[in-house]
Amino acid sequence: MNDFVYRLQNVTKAYDGRRVLQVDHLKIQRGEVFSLVGPSGAGKSTLLRLLNFLEPPTAGRIRFLDVEFGPNQPVPLRLRRRVTTVFQRPLLLNRSVEANVAYGLGLRGLRDPDDEVAQALRQVGLTDLARQRARTLSGGEAQRVALARAIVLKPDVLLLDEPTANLDPYNVGLIEEIVQELNQTRNVTLVLVTHNVFQAKRLAHRVALMLEGQVVEVADVEGFFESPSDPRTDAFVRGEMVY
Amino acid sequence: MISSLDPALMEIVLLSLQVSGTALLLSTLIGIPLGAAMGLSRFAGRRLVIALLYTGMGFPPVVVGLFVYLMLSRTGPFGQLNTPLIPDLFTPGAMVVAQTIISFPLVAGFTMAAVMGVDPALKLQVQSLGATRWQTTLSILVEARIGVIVSVIAGFGSIISEVGAVMMVGGNIEGSTRVLTTAIVLETRKGNFDLAIAIGIVLLSISFLTNVAMLRLQGRTFDE
Ligand SMILES: Nc1ncnc2c1ncn2[C@@H]1O[C@H](COP(=O)(O)OP(=O)(O)O)[C@@H](O)[C@H]1O
Ligand SMILES: [Mg+2]
Repeated sequence: MNDFVYRLQNVTKAYDGRRVLQVDHLKIQRGEVFSLVGPSGAGKSTLLRLLNFLEPPTAGRIRFLDVEFGPNQPVPLRLRRRVTTVFQRPLLLNRSVEANVAYGLGLRGLRDPDDEVAQALRQVGLTDLARQRARTLSGGEAQRVALARAIVLKPDVLLLDEPTANLDPYNVGLIEEIVQELNQTRNVTLVLVTHNVFQAKRLAHRVALMLEGQVVEVADVEGFFESPSDPRTDAFVRGEMVY
Repeated sequence: MISSLDPALMEIVLLSLQVSGTALLLSTLIGIPLGAAMGLSRFAGRRLVIALLYTGMGFPPVVVGLFVYLMLSRTGPFGQLNTPLIPDLFTPGAMVVAQTIISFPLVAGFTMAAVMGVDPALKLQVQSLGATRWQTTLSILVEARIGVIVSVIAGFGSIISEVGAVMMVGGNIEGSTRVLTTAIVLETRKGNFDLAIAIGIVLLSISFLTNVAMLRLQGRTFDE
């Protein structure tokens, strides 16, 4: 498989001169579920912001599909719109559920998004709540609306930043099922940041461990958990990492 | 009483609403983009602009009146230009200029506060969903909509009841620059207390309605 959606080379990100990310090489394949694990502060969210082109890298090159970007090249809107992120908090707009789901389509100039919105709400099991105000939803419902708002855009890549960290097991299960199906039936590439190594084990094809801004090890899911090559990975998956 | 004086009073009411309405429109056009920019972006000199805005929000209207008077008077820097774009002293246009200067810092300041009250993470989220810079700003303004409307109402409240600046730059000329507040001053001076009170009631009603609207909207911000 040589079909990469992302290829990063010597990518660094610094804030006020402090380097928080340094990724020498990283490739993410089309259609895979790629999971990033690591302690908090490791740079996982920062990496996702770069992958969504919300911030430019301080140095290095990011190749996305067939175009390569550096620190000073603006990413065309058309490309940026093929990626979207679901964050840990749902971050819904203070509007109705359906207006939230229609939001990204509206940005793209789509005039009559009703069918798409209805379908996305069906996918997350919230058809009945279409007219409700987003503010009145429970945590799990709100996060499913956030997911519907992302998948309605039919992105090539869906970035998930600890999407189930605050949820009950029922909603965790639902969301895992939905994104897995998205990956399997629509070939959407997923990059999943999670604190939960079991979630990575359940969903990912490949897993990467990040520590202090660096990718320490990338491996297939079995290898990562059964026979990690880096002692730090071993410590992390066995829950021995102190952080 | 109010109805018996209809034509003259109506003219004053209309002029008041026209002058303050035009000033408010201009303040909104300046203040909302300025407030949004202040609240959403970081740039060199931002703190200074914010400090100036806050100063402007509490600026004594009479000092604004003096400033505009000096600018527009025949010997002032703008008075000499003689272009139709710059109004003469003692015209409604001069009053609009003064009231715009009084109210736009309020609109900008309250808009900025409303925008800053929106979760900063939401900005990243809408960008992640594909928003351009413009779409991001617009979406955040819509999210802060109640605070933005309150800013416009506050701007209106600050000028419809203002007397110092309109008196100085308008001159309270009957049939041309006499507005509600300056009419009250004049009628009181002439001893026409009944008339002064009648005009006062009209002004109070306009002010009251504005404040009710503002409070209702502010209440909604907390309820939601
Ligand atoms: N906008 C920012 N400004 C300054 N420092 C930041 C910013 N974003 C992240 N950081 C720093 O970068 C490091 C990595 O953060 P983050 O990517 O959020 O880690 P993770 O998601 O793995 O917990 C942290 O030390 C954090 O404080
Ligand atoms: Mg994070």
